[in-house]
Amino acid sequence: MSEPTEPDLQQRAEDLVRERFHDQVVAVGVHAGQRWIEVRRDKIVEILKTLRDQLKFEMLMDLTAVDWLNQGRLERFTVVYELFSLTHNGYYRVKAWVPEHEPEIDSAFEVWKAAPWAEREVFDMYGLHFRNHPELADGRMRRILLPDAYPGHPLRKDYPLEGFGERYDFEVHRRG
Amino acid sequence: MAIQRPTRLPMEVEEQTEGDLGAKRMVVNFGPQHPATHGTLRSIMEIEGEIVTAMELEIGYLHTGFEKLGEYRTYNQTVTITDRMNYLSPLCNNIGFSCAVEHMMGIEVTPRCAAIRVIMYELSRIADHILGVGLQAMDLGAFSMMLWAFIEREHLYDIFEEVTGARLTTSYTRIGGLMHDVPPNFDAKVREFLKTGHRTIGEMEAMLNDNKIFRDRTIGVNVISAQDAISYGLTGPLLRACGVPYDVRKARPYLGYDSYDWDLVTHEGGDVWARYRVRVEEMYQSLRIIEQALDRMPEGPINVGDPEVIIPQKTATNAPGGGMEGLIYHFKNYMFGHGVCPDPGEVYFATEAPNGELGYYLVSDGTQKAYRWRVRGPSFFNYQAFGEMCLGGSISDVVSGLSSLNIIAGELDR
Repeated sequence: MSEPTEPDLQQRAEDLVRERFHDQVVAVGVHAGQRWIEVRRDKIVEILKTLRDQLKFEMLMDLTAVDWLNQGRLERFTVVYELFSLTHNGYYRVKAWVPEHEPEIDSAFEVWKAAPWAEREVFDMYGLHFRNHPELADGRMRRILLPDAYPGHPLRKDYPLEGFGERYDFEVHRRG
Repeated sequence: MAIQRPTRLPMEVEEQTEGDLGAKRMVVNFGPQHPATHGTLRSIMEIEGEIVTAMELEIGYLHTGFEKLGEYRTYNQTVTITDRMNYLSPLCNNIGFSCAVEHMMGIEVTPRCAAIRVIMYELSRIADHILGVGLQAMDLGAFSMMLWAFIEREHLYDIFEEVTGARLTTSYTRIGGLMHDVPPNFDAKVREFLKTGHRTIGEMEAMLNDNKIFRDRTIGVNVISAQDAISYGLTGPLLRACGVPYDVRKARPYLGYDSYDWDLVTHEGGDVWARYRVRVEEMYQSLRIIEQALDRMPEGPINVGDPEVIIPQKTATNAPGGGMEGLIYHFKNYMFGHGVCPDPGEVYFATEAPNGELGYYLVSDGTQKAYRWRVRGPSFFNYQAFGEMCLGGSISDVVSGLSSLNIIAGELDR
């Protein structure tokens, strides 16, 4: 079997997910030659595991989220998995929709060891809970970059660049 | 002596008395303000005698909110934010970001721009690697290596300063081109560095390669298997030190890297020694690339011809040198809804930064500001594996391993 090119690989990945999880697929997309698949969150770990095992996406290059507040999208959040196959030298992007009223999704820590910290960062910035995460503290996600007592999740679109969460208790020094 | 243990640490700590130190478990705090962390990293170790039995890593001491800030800045303004991420090689961040936006917009930079970017990229790689090796040697007791590395980096920073106007906050790239062309003596200065740099790297090798202390403290230390490295998402020298031949410049060439003659460096072992060897060999390969790029440096413009994208030079906007047209383009470029506006969509673009794969995930909503700007900092994923690397090793190897990762806190915490 010859090495598939990246478009072939992405087509195969899309076909595989469509075949195995046809009820989970929401949409597919392409931009600047890069393709992705949008799925429901329910079976996300199985989908990722299938892609890793069947098509050799050995690496989780990136895991992040996007807030689509008031953009008229299916749900408010997407969790974005950037998969990379060393064997076939190709990327593939899987996006899972997460609703605002129940911001939860399963953790992918069993699939790649790279996942836990990236998931903690997503919680830190977006407040999404990852079920079964290996580093839970009393059943709750732990922050990673911000202080534990930090109010809010700053990368949400309703969190302003300045203002909310600001501290007013600093001592004011005056000259003279 | 009761030991205060951090509240969240999932570790068992027993009461310890003065008499039986070493027999029982102890919790040691390392960082964030410790010279050997070379940044603000914290690790809390549980040790039994001298063996590390558990490790917890804490990051976030240098979190700066770059990603949030990037959503409120235009693409060209965001270039200045990228300077501050990997502060050992800011040009790599500039170039990687510009390449990502250009990929999104389907812009192909001019040959001269690509050649200059390659030279600057590889010079930054050498600046990063040589300091990485120097600091690694310093942590293991070879202090002169650090001084030699700093001298060479000073030469590089002189070049950066002459080209970009700044040593650290370079902000050299613009979407579709560069801030300005290189100065006339650029070729001579870089060629001079090719000589001195080559000699210094050779001298560092002569001092370290057969150094018994250095070998004893690096070979077989902090080992990670190739399988784990892949699962952890390690990239760059750390992955290649495990024998995995993955380099973005070879696998998915950008800026014409495939047209240069250079070798992919891998090393077996996955230990500190292998990482040191990969970094040193990569510096020689970078010198090869720079030499070829200088030899073939094409003449011509440094910016693409599209005036909708390129910010006009000052001379084009100011009378008497320029005229109305330049002024209008300048105005249009900065007006909301004009200038660099990629089509709605999203793109992930990666370049091979000194520490590994530096990926930018950009989501555009068609305006001149990114809807979402995500940086996949290689240090973030590399550092995650550190806890597992240290387990079962001696506490003194933690320092050796940490300096071999070359974690840059600005990129780790963003």
